[in-house]
Amino acid sequence: MAEWIDACATDDIDEEDLIRFDHGDRTFAIYRSPNDEFFCTDGLCTHEQVHLEDGLVMDYVIECPKHNGQFDYRTGEAKRAPVCANLGTYPVKVEGDRVFVEI
Amino acid sequence: MTKRDYSLLGPDSERAVETGLATAEWYHTDIPRKEMKALMQRSDQPAIRDAIILFGSMIVLAGIGIALWPSWSSAPFWLAYGVLYGSAMDSRWHECGHGTAFKTPWMNNVVYQIASFCMIRNPVSWRWSHARHHTDTIIVGRDPEIVAMRPPALFRIFLNFFGIFDALNGWKRMLLNAVGNLDPEEATFIPEQEQHKVIGVARVWVLIYLATIVLAVAMQSILPLMVIGSPRLYGAWHHVMTGIMQHAGLAEDVLDHRLNSRTVYINPISRFVYWNMNYHVEHHMFPMVPYHRLPELHEKIKHDLPAPNTSILDAYREIWPALKRQLRYEDFFVKRELPGSARPYREDLHEQALSVPAE
Ligand code: FES
Repeated sequence: MAEWIDACATDDIDEEDLIRFDHGDRTFAIYRSPNDEFFCTDGLCTHEQVHLEDGLVMDYVIECPKHNGQFDYRTGEAKRAPVCANLGTYPVKVEGDRVFVEI
Repeated sequence: MTKRDYSLLGPDSERAVETGLATAEWYHTDIPRKEMKALMQRSDQPAIRDAIILFGSMIVLAGIGIALWPSWSSAPFWLAYGVLYGSAMDSRWHECGHGTAFKTPWMNNVVYQIASFCMIRNPVSWRWSHARHHTDTIIVGRDPEIVAMRPPALFRIFLNFFGIFDALNGWKRMLLNAVGNLDPEEATFIPEQEQHKVIGVARVWVLIYLATIVLAVAMQSILPLMVIGSPRLYGAWHHVMTGIMQHAGLAEDVLDHRLNSRTVYINPISRFVYWNMNYHVEHHMFPMVPYHRLPELHEKIKHDLPAPNTSILDAYREIWPALKRQLRYEDFFVKRELPGSARPYREDLHEQALSVPAE
């Protein structure tokens, strides 16, 4: 059963950037878009399971640090080889200065 | 002495998986996230400038070559055109394949497609093969792009200075793909859903070559082939010369690019042709950094890397004796010294590879 988890403060993430968020034995990536929206995806790239935390956020795209595969982090859609499989995405809400993800 | 098997389907491939060398965690120099983010930023401007210089020069050089044809006075223009076609396209293929050269994706794709054609590297297959080269850099049985194997095939390397081995392989592979087949090794790293694209591209290329050959026959002249196809042979020497510097003579089966890759300071013309890939340790450690920011990255992390070779000649003074020694003693490699400011090599990660004597 999914529940809302208090993941981080809004200020923990720079604009157009991401941070890693670990919960239990799972790992996620939380993004702050250039328009100050927040999103959450699985943390590991679907190509070779490298964490996306060191990747580059460009507009609504996250580029994987290992082979430059890209995903749209709003939908998880794989956008550029070598990634083929989409990323899982999770609902996010902001309350006050906290970011919650439903996982 | 261990006999190495570089095929992706052989026993060394299995061994790499069993010993944890495949798809492993690699050493990275620490660099603050803010600085790395700044270095990774994309920009169209440097690559547009370089593309204008590159394609503009190719048009001018080929134009003069055609105008002076068949006089021998056209030769220097063909030689220069050849280096841009058969060598500069190697680095364009590489950078645009990573998607880092331009900020705008379609620009990367256009240059990637042109460069792939010039280098006779199927743009789909080679994207996957290069991804593997980054995952498993110089891991025997895993990396499909090892140039100087052990013992080094010196005659083959020599032939490749004239593109002979690689180009012939490229054309052979193109024909195989064009009739709807994939090489069994290719099939190990290209996902099934991508395989039809390999075949589609190969068919388009066959048509381009056919048109060129028909034109040559109609003109009763090899001139069309001087422009398309043969520069991959007569202009290959520069990319082979710089490509060999990347990893030859260094360690295999290690998980630290400081041990298996080489950074070399080179002259500005070669740097343009090679698009800064002489900063090769830096590129492998941080493949997200575009070519035009590599000199800055180098400045930031050089305290943690072996001293770069000071010139192409200096690099070959290290490589040539190492390759000669590997002819007799395959386990030999050059272990490069780290400066005092660097984090030491983690011997535990490469126990097996480093246990054999190095220089
Ligand atoms: S691991 Fe992410 S693109 Fe390869």
